[in-house]
Amino acid sequence: RDLAAGPEMQFGFQTVTEEERREKIYQVFESVAKKYDVMNDSMTLGIHRVWKDILMHKMNPSPGTLLLDVAGGTGDIAFRFINYVSSVRERQLQRKLKHHQNLSWQEIFESYQKDKFNSLGDSQVVVCDINREMLKVGKQKAQHLGYSEGLSWVLGNAEELPFDNDKFDVYTIAFGIRNVTRIDLALQEAYRVLKPGGRFLCLEFSHVSNPLLSRLYDLYSFQVIPVLGEVIAGDWKSYQYLVESIRQFPPQEELKAMIEDAGFFKVDYENLSFGIVAIHSGFKL
Amino acid sequence: GRARPSHSEPRGRDGRGGKKKEEEKGWHQLYPGHIPTSPLQKALLAAGSAVMALYDPYRHDMVAVLGETTGCLALPNLRDKMKNHPEGYHILQERPRIRLSTLDVARLQGLPDGSLGREYVRFLEDNKVSPDTRMPPKFVDDEELAYVIQRYREVHDLMHTLLGMPTNMLGEVVVKWFEAVQTGLPMCVLGAAFGPVRLSTRKLQVLATELVPWAIRSGVNASCVLNVYYEQRWEQPVESLREELGIFPPP
Repeated sequence: RDLAAGPEMQFGFQTVTEEERREKIYQVFESVAKKYDVMNDSMTLGIHRVWKDILMHKMNPSPGTLLLDVAGGTGDIAFRFINYVSSVRERQLQRKLKHHQNLSWQEIFESYQKDKFNSLGDSQVVVCDINREMLKVGKQKAQHLGYSEGLSWVLGNAEELPFDNDKFDVYTIAFGIRNVTRIDLALQEAYRVLKPGGRFLCLEFSHVSNPLLSRLYDLYSFQVIPVLGEVIAGDWKSYQYLVESIRQFPPQEELKAMIEDAGFFKVDYENLSFGIVAIHSGFKL
Repeated sequence: GRARPSHSEPRGRDGRGGKKKEEEKGWHQLYPGHIPTSPLQKALLAAGSAVMALYDPYRHDMVAVLGETTGCLALPNLRDKMKNHPEGYHILQERPRIRLSTLDVARLQGLPDGSLGREYVRFLEDNKVSPDTRMPPKFVDDEELAYVIQRYREVHDLMHTLLGMPTNMLGEVVVKWFEAVQTGLPMCVLGAAFGPVRLSTRKLQVLATELVPWAIRSGVNASCVLNVYYEQRWEQPVESLREELGIFPPP
């Protein structure tokens, strides 16, 4: 290969240059965007929803939180965040109402107009994705589901985020970091844009240590998932890439080390579904 | 900057990933577009594509996949029929492709009415179809058989012309019955059997009483339609070709 083209790396099981990898991955997500959600449900039999719910519960955001959801494409994490802080906020307001002797007339007035007055408590989520098609699908979904407040969409690269330092309370990347070509840069960027005290959360496919389960998981991944891709989305190759890229991604401990290398403290991980998926967490101090 | 995480080695950690998969999969590609598949994958594809094709009739790609994954007996059969016939053998050797870029549409339009070329182009225009929309094969694990199924797909529009059937649901079902008898491809049989599900009762009646019996009789009587080098017979009148092949005149 031409040396000037750059170092070689993996795109699934193929060996490619960095530039080629970025391009191929862009094309994969361009191709899958419209059927992304359907395929997620089919491949995981809906379990991906539970994983994302667990991530949100782990985050436990309070109203007023500023979240950056990177590789947030079709908005799954962002919508959950909005739902979560809305319900926390609602409970806050209800608690206040119960002790109404502590409320001013202004506050009582406000509580009757919940929809218009700060139902998110100033919480905000910025969805950042490198792929236009995925963002497009996300925006359409938001419109369809009625999400508008506290939500913004930004086209950007996880390796080089278009945000200032020390901006966000929480940074999430769900099923996205696997597709980043320079994971170390993405982690550094995550560190940079988080406020001191901010939290890094990563939800990603990981390594199954149980040998029997691992074999079943491999069998399912390689035999069933590309078939699902072909039948549902007419796209075998993107889903072949998906299962291969999962195998190429660092396992739990290695990812933990990488996160620590970026400067995060109290780095920890939690396995979900026997390690099929893991949530890694770290803090910027 | 920092050292890059080393991803240059396919991971063998879980034992089943990495090099083994690379050997099994990508690099037995027999022709451009070929995706090698295991027997289990083929079975799953066959089942999945059958269901999806019924559920969403606009998924022509699913019909194609069904044909490829179930054709393991019929395709070699067809190939042998071609091999043992002088014209068919010729086709296997030269591997002609029917594509808009290779067809001289202007010349075909200039041919007399009733000739194969003129009627074929008329069929394409009337029904607003093109031979270029045929799916290339992906899941056939033999390069010659991949050509055979490709040829079958490209010749499909000529079947419509010879049988005088339009591309609506009814016409397609009739052609499928004919092709089912001619080729024995399970996909044709399934298409012929399940296609009518979406037709109105009136059409079903016509189908059952006139069209299907005619299609079957013609299919049985006719010699193998893949053994005709259509590209060398554009001038031949359709009726004469029908007679030569043994296709009875349409009702």
